[in-house]
Amino acid sequence: MHTFEFVRADNVASATNTASQARTAQQGADIRFVAGGTTLIDLMKLEVETPARLIDINRLPLDKVEDLPGGGLKIGATVRNSDLAHHEKVLQNYPVLSQAILSGASAQLRNMATTAGNLLQRTRCMYFRDTAMPCNKRVPGSGCPAITGSNRMLAILGTSDHCIATNPSDMCVAMAALEATIHIQGTKGARSVPIAGFHLLPGATPHRETILEPGDLITHVTLPPPPSGSKQTYLKLRDRASYEFALASAAIVITIANGKITFARVAMGGVGTKPWRSHEAESVLLHQTTDDATFRKAAEAALRGAKPQSENKFKIELAKRCVAHALKTAANA
Amino acid sequence: MSDDPETISPRPSRRSFLVTTGTTAAATVVGAMLPAHANRSNEQSGSSSAVLEEPKVEGAVQIVLRINGRDRNLRIDPRTSLLDCVRESVVLTGTKKGCDHGQCGACTVHVNGRRVTSCLSLAVMHEGDEITTIEGLGTPEALHPMQAAFLACDGYQCGYCTSGQIMSAVALLKEPCGPDDAAVKELMSGNICRCGAYANIVAAIQQVRKGS
Repeated sequence: MHTFEFVRADNVASATNTASQARTAQQGADIRFVAGGTTLIDLMKLEVETPARLIDINRLPLDKVEDLPGGGLKIGATVRNSDLAHHEKVLQNYPVLSQAILSGASAQLRNMATTAGNLLQRTRCMYFRDTAMPCNKRVPGSGCPAITGSNRMLAILGTSDHCIATNPSDMCVAMAALEATIHIQGTKGARSVPIAGFHLLPGATPHRETILEPGDLITHVTLPPPPSGSKQTYLKLRDRASYEFALASAAIVITIANGKITFARVAMGGVGTKPWRSHEAESVLLHQTTDDATFRKAAEAALRGAKPQSENKFKIELAKRCVAHALKTAANA
Repeated sequence: MSDDPETISPRPSRRSFLVTTGTTAAATVVGAMLPAHANRSNEQSGSSSAVLEEPKVEGAVQIVLRINGRDRNLRIDPRTSLLDCVRESVVLTGTKKGCDHGQCGACTVHVNGRRVTSCLSLAVMHEGDEITTIEGLGTPEALHPMQAAFLACDGYQCGYCTSGQIMSAVALLKEPCGPDDAAVKELMSGNICRCGAYANIVAAIQQVRKGS
């Protein structure tokens, strides 16, 4: 691990001011915020991340889950994943979020990992994690050996000729289906962005993963009130029954009236270069009856643009079945 | 250094022998670790460790960590993980290093009563926290019920993952967990046992949960 200066932020303003001296808030950042550390410390040990300065944000007052007037929820940046998953209001109104979080990592890691940290979780692509290998995400322009190499776990949606790395988060998939908003404090003020616009597609710049700029600190995430009577579920398919990243996952939020679907949100994990919301599947579902044929049609629509690599063609059918099964589970919930 | 520690008189304990030779090597090589010799505890062996010149490490910081109810004044490199700090600086070696990347659970300790993988946390981030290691759970004379259950149920073979398993299991008792074995297995999935003692580990945990 490279040496670094360790500083503790006493307030949000000092944290953002210090971080604003960084060259970038993306891969290669020389200044990093640290909270749970479950991604960052791991990558610092591998020397994939080599910050010269670490800003500990654990003492900032960003660790609360609060009700919003009108029924939504405000989730602080440093709320631990385990606390969020077991929060009474999350269990009651956003079960898909609780299920998604509890399907990821281990109990120990969920006790450490935070809301904002999970939003910024890095890919598990083995080429990204190995500094002996080229990687366009880690070293822009160095190439992507995954495209012709070991890519079984990698993405089939949102890929480019430069990067096919999967976004590994489960939490983000549920938040995409719940249409969460990310709230950011920068040195020039506060702003908010829908989660759909927070993560970037790799394109020709896979080292840029989010819209964050130097000095930007995620302060909290808000969830809108869930649609009245909504049924939700998260289904995760993986190589092991527990403690493994998704090969394919689906987060579903739907409402049904008189046997017809009146509201549908579908997001997928394990298959996209970012948490993958499928408007295509949602359009297919709206106003249709809740039967297997409808669910399969929606699943077909969700994977229509999928581009498989040499080792992960199976993910297309797996993801379709995942979406269809999750829709059926949610409808019957 | 003799090849045969048996010939050394008075005979050193295995731990004090390893600590002395190990830190001599560390002092010469000087890696990322900065052992805080003045603060070395002797809770396990009861013997005194060698007094060595403290290696100079640039950027070392002074911190106080509260471990097993006792404040420890430490001078450490900011890169030191909580795991390395507990093992190398405080010399509480019950906590084990397995993968060092948060994947195996061998390094599980409690921070403010919650289980965490100490390898993925920096020691400097834990000033003011209440840290508990396996040494703070029970003593050979007064075992924690979970330690006793692991003994009774034979919840280990080689024992390397055991302290992490027990720390995880004790934390699990206070977490939302269904009554059946499947729920326990799910919540224990962050602790890998390569000997495959899983069935007995689950039995030990269920024994404690059922209060039998």
